Amino acid sequence: MQIVVEDLAKTFRVAERTAGLAGAVRGLVRRKHREVAALAGVSFSLAAGELVGYIGPNGAGKSTTIKVLAGILVPSSGRVEVAGRVPWKQRIEHVRRIGVVFGQRTQLWWDLPVVESLDMLRHIYKVPADRFRTQREELIELLDLAGILATPVRQLSLGQRMRADLAASLVHAPEILFLDEPTIGLDAVSKLAVRAFVKRLNRERGVTVILTTHDMDDIEALCDRVIVIDGGKIVSDGTLGALRNTVTRERWLTVDVAGDASEVGDADATVIRREGERVCLAFDPEVVSPAELIRRVTSRHAVRDLFVENPPIETVIARIYQR
Amino acid sequence: MMGYAAIIAARFKALLQYRAAALGGLFTQIFFGLVRVMILRAFYAAATTAAPMSLPSVTGYVWLGQAMLLLIPWREDTDVAEQIRTGTVVYELTKPIDLWGVWFARSLAWRTAPVFLRMIPMFVFAMLILPAVAPGWGLAPPPSAAAFALWIGCFAGAVMVSAALTALINVSMMWTLTGEGVPMLLAAFATMFGGLVIPLPLFPDWLKPALYALPFAGILDFPSRVFTGNLSIAEGGLVLAHQLAWTLALAAAGRYFLARGLRRLVVQGG
Amino acid sequence: MKDALALYRRYVALSLRAQLVYRATFVMKTLGHLFVTGIEFFGIWALFARFGTLGGWSLREVALIYGIADIAFAITDGTGRGFDKFGSILKAGDFDRMLLRPRSPELQLLGYELQLMRIGRLAQGLAVLVWAGVAIAWTPATVLLLLAAIIGTACTFFGLVVLQATTAFWTIETLEVWNAFTYGGNYAAEYPMAIYRRWFQRFFTAVIPLALTSYYPARAILGRDTLGAIHVLGPLAGVAFLVISLAVFRIGVRHHASTGT
Repeated sequence: MQIVVEDLAKTFRVAERTAGLAGAVRGLVRRKHREVAALAGVSFSLAAGELVGYIGPNGAGKSTTIKVLAGILVPSSGRVEVAGRVPWKQRIEHVRRIGVVFGQRTQLWWDLPVVESLDMLRHIYKVPADRFRTQREELIELLDLAGILATPVRQLSLGQRMRADLAASLVHAPEILFLDEPTIGLDAVSKLAVRAFVKRLNRERGVTVILTTHDMDDIEALCDRVIVIDGGKIVSDGTLGALRNTVTRERWLTVDVAGDASEVGDADATVIRREGERVCLAFDPEVVSPAELIRRVTSRHAVRDLFVENPPIETVIARIYQR
Repeated sequence: MMGYAAIIAARFKALLQYRAAALGGLFTQIFFGLVRVMILRAFYAAATTAAPMSLPSVTGYVWLGQAMLLLIPWREDTDVAEQIRTGTVVYELTKPIDLWGVWFARSLAWRTAPVFLRMIPMFVFAMLILPAVAPGWGLAPPPSAAAFALWIGCFAGAVMVSAALTALINVSMMWTLTGEGVPMLLAAFATMFGGLVIPLPLFPDWLKPALYALPFAGILDFPSRVFTGNLSIAEGGLVLAHQLAWTLALAAAGRYFLARGLRRLVVQGG
Repeated sequence: MKDALALYRRYVALSLRAQLVYRATFVMKTLGHLFVTGIEFFGIWALFARFGTLGGWSLREVALIYGIADIAFAITDGTGRGFDKFGSILKAGDFDRMLLRPRSPELQLLGYELQLMRIGRLAQGLAVLVWAGVAIAWTPATVLLLLAAIIGTACTFFGLVVLQATTAFWTIETLEVWNAFTYGGNYAAEYPMAIYRRWFQRFFTAVIPLALTSYYPARAILGRDTLGAIHVLGPLAGVAFLVISLAVFRIGVRHHASTGT
């Protein structure tokens, strides 16, 4: 096993602040603290070359786990081994073998052309010149960077910047890649490009990938295995197929009607939410198809707008947790 | 008026949250003040001829400068600068507002709350604490109630001049590429010619007419010298006139160049 | 070590390229900075024009002391940006990114956004120093002492900025208190230490060794003291101060790894 996590636990001390002007003045003199258990016993192992989705609602402990695995956070207790090393104890050697991409924050130098960032990273990671040249050419080709190499990072679109950040994270050819929200805010075309690249990287180069995301389409496109974390504990760890059975069967239809929505409903659907002129109906597409349900609702009511979606991941997680 | 009070209250609350920064800033200013006083005392110790200002006056002057430090137009209004940089300032033309007036009012609000928050502890330190520990090192009270009342008027005048200067800096943003140069230079001028580096009366006599004519003298130097009694009541009246004249002149210049700048932006397309 | 220097040289080149992209702005900022810092000496000149002497020190003597202080501070101000802005770097999450790279975080912070415009302060400090220098009878020893004084004082200022950065690990707001010691220290060090109260001098000898790194060497250079051990060892105190500060910063890094601030 390349990555081993055993009973990982992490507790934080958080300062409490009371609201209002009086609270701010009180805060001048005394501060209260409380303990927050971000991770309460997390265990899993990954073999080299796996492509794993690591998902959960906000505050579940995803980033804390990633930070521990990356070696920048020391846990309260538990055992972690990545490629034979304890990440936070051998930071420099460990960090040499991993790549990390944060969707929200670039690691590139803002005012300089992309190619200069890549060059700088080559020297930071001490990649030999010839190896860097081949690696760079491959990345330019795979990520279609030729057109943006000379462009300063601040002028890049979000999709271009993500591709550049992916390249930057791979300059030193790491064995393991952590992707944190890599497709957030991207247009559809860019999302497909990123997913295609990650899949290729994993299948052809055997790079282990750990993907944290809120986008279920990312998971469906890439992950054979999905680990779900909630409240600092693993609530599900298995194949996507198993997770799919509890997730993709349900669909939600949201309808805006002209007038009172209190009568909108259907025998084959349950009402999730009703607010003024908007109703949200949950249904099983195997019992009634989306098209059929839409036909029924629009024939009975004056519908102004509607959309169909997957339930949000929080609902999915809640369902899983309740099992 | 209520809105103005709400703004000030919000500023106070925000400033309380940055308690460490507020106390830290006060500490830094006391440090600078003490060093300045020590330097001036060392110069005065060797003085053979009488200086235009006595040592107690000049000591009080240093503390007044620290207390009213935030009156100096240190920088442009960052929100306005952003508007100008991105070109969205032209949208302000669609609103039924007097843009220069809005900028002026904003500067007034920005000056007043932080100044008071810094002034009060500085006055407490310089007038109460320091004289108790080290007599003669602090700020003595004004020579008369009339002088004090006059000082309050000059203080208001100083706020106006400073706000007018800030509004003018904002307008200058329309002509400079990035705002770095002009505000910095103006802050340097204001510091120097406002008397923050050394009191204006201690400058060589041939420089004084020019220094006294500039608007910066009205921000720190003149009001401080009214407080210390270095300027008489009659001269204090002239200070008010000086401040008023400069406020009006800067307002006129600001309004004129703002109009031109906006027209330019509209023509260029932002 | 050689490898670290090579990487630092690359950081410098990168910073230069990034800042010279806006050449006009850079020139304006540098000139502005020169003026802003130079007005202080203009003030000193004006005071000397009126009073003639500062506690027995002449304008040229004060110029030497002023020059050492400002050149040293300009060096620190120009190279210490990463530590100076460490509070915002931490808040933005960019420090975590530095920890994800196989290099020491201190080296990466040292290479962070070098501030070229501080050459403005350096230039006026150098000009003042040169003006003072023409009236001094230099020997090889005093020239070396001058260099040592500048380096030692720069180390002291840098140590202060490192300590300032370290406190950011514990408080969310960067403590403005440190400005009293960095900018305030620079201001105080521009004048002969002898004019200050004894408790002040003692603080800047024993706690923040600015008197040791700049004032005492200046006395020897000006011929007011005969060259002795204290003048030579003085600058070393600055280096020691910096070494201690960096050790304290390391403690902060470890704390950060445990609490993930």
